[in-house]
Amino acid sequence: MAKIITKNLNLWYGEFQALKSVNASFREKAITAIIGPSGCGKSTLLRVFNRMNDFIEGFRITGEVVIEGKNIIDPTADLIDLRKKVGMVFQRPNPFPLSVYENIIFGLKIHSLVEGKNNYDEIVEQSLSSVLLWDDLKDKLNKSALSLSLEQKQRLCIARLIAVKPEVLLMDEPCSSLDPQATVRIEELMRELKNKYTIIIVTHNMQQAARVSDETGFMLLGELIEFLKTDIIFTAPRDKRTEDYITGRYG
Amino acid sequence: MRKIKEFIIEKLILVCGLASVFFVVLIFIFLLKEGLALFKIVSPLDFLFGKSWYPISEPAQLGILPLILGSLLVTFGAAVISVPIGVGCAIYIAEVAPNKIKELLKVGIELLAAIPSVVIGFIGMVTLVPLVKNVFHLPTGLTALSGSIMLAFMAMPTIVSIAEDALYAVPKSYREGSFALGATHWQTIWRVILPAASSGILAAVMLGIGRVIGETMAVMMITGNAAVIPQSILQPVRTLTATIAAEMGEAVVGSEHYFALFAIGVVLFVISFIINVSADLFLHRNK
Repeated sequence: MAKIITKNLNLWYGEFQALKSVNASFREKAITAIIGPSGCGKSTLLRVFNRMNDFIEGFRITGEVVIEGKNIIDPTADLIDLRKKVGMVFQRPNPFPLSVYENIIFGLKIHSLVEGKNNYDEIVEQSLSSVLLWDDLKDKLNKSALSLSLEQKQRLCIARLIAVKPEVLLMDEPCSSLDPQATVRIEELMRELKNKYTIIIVTHNMQQAARVSDETGFMLLGELIEFLKTDIIFTAPRDKRTEDYITGRYG
Repeated sequence: MRKIKEFIIEKLILVCGLASVFFVVLIFIFLLKEGLALFKIVSPLDFLFGKSWYPISEPAQLGILPLILGSLLVTFGAAVISVPIGVGCAIYIAEVAPNKIKELLKVGIELLAAIPSVVIGFIGMVTLVPLVKNVFHLPTGLTALSGSIMLAFMAMPTIVSIAEDALYAVPKSYREGSFALGATHWQTIWRVILPAASSGILAAVMLGIGRVIGETMAVMMITGNAAVIPQSILQPVRTLTATIAAEMGEAVVGSEHYFALFAIGVVLFVISFIINVSADLFLHRNK
């Protein structure tokens, strides 16, 4: 089942065209990786899905992005609802300068999802458990989130999303500021999360895409060159440019 | 040759650096020497908590409680007015305003800071004082409230510019994280950006208050200068600073009165020092 479908998606920043006629469909409850060299538009594409490009000056977009039957790039789309449903994990972990607890319930508060302290407690425990942080942090819920290690911060950022029960998790190079061991553990977490969530990950690390993803899209200069099952794209790419990239001829 | 030049320049800069500290120390020593001389005549407690200030009656009564309360009342009033407006203005400039309006506002704030205190006092005297008198049906418009309002204008530029810096220093990633969770602009400002900038904003408030408490000319012109313990903000008050400015000219050098004015200077120095140090602590807490 496709969760997100893009149809003839074009995007400009001023004169510069960052996405050129992107057509793709992203499978539900699977991990899709988007790879490609720097500046190919992979982060831009990811940020289309929860409209995080809207802030950039000179931003313009045409085409369609359909999530559950709704075209989310329509100007009348409800951004708040969209972003609740489609959460994003950033390159550098960005917990708020609040306590661990407050970080998790942030989304609940702004969407007025839950009333009452007891219910908060329950969701905090569930969210932290689902990113395997509960045992580490259950006694430190009131500590500042800024005092955690980088890996813990990134997990906390994922937990913060999970608390509002999203359907899609967008991950923009979520491991690029982590060490190799932490990266392995976050990748394990991603595999576990895909049972419940649709995950799209942007990475410049091809090995990571190969390790975690079910499907992979290769982008170059704003175009989606190829979009295939991961094991196929890494073993038998159809396009010469994909082959050149994954064999390390450029990038 | 080049080495000698370097050496001379280095030493010159060193002297400049030390000079500022040296002069502060000199001023402080002089202030203390003259101020503390008072306490041979009057006990510090009687001085600080005495309820009457009649420096030229016989015997002189040198209690500065009315003056301290006058200063605090005017400062408190000014803070109540200038802090919400100043912080609000900083939020508008840093978070909301389009670029053109932002530039315009910043220039406006700088202009406000450039108005000399005596001009603020003068404007207050001819516009605000009659207004306060008429609105509240008072015998005189020279009140603590008038002083607070005018001083709020003087605290505003300090508060706005430092609070604005604090808001700009909040990492963009917090903003993105909040928006990406579906927060509105205001929710992001209120729940993420303000808490993140809180120590800088507190410092801005402290420095704004420091500016008000040391202000002399404007308050002297519009607060009425009655050295009585204020019962309400609609009464004339006299501040510590105005007392020194008004009376130093007529105090006989070496008299009790003269020493008392210096002791007031010490009190002011201590208050400003505490405010500045705490502002500094707030500023450095998050670094």
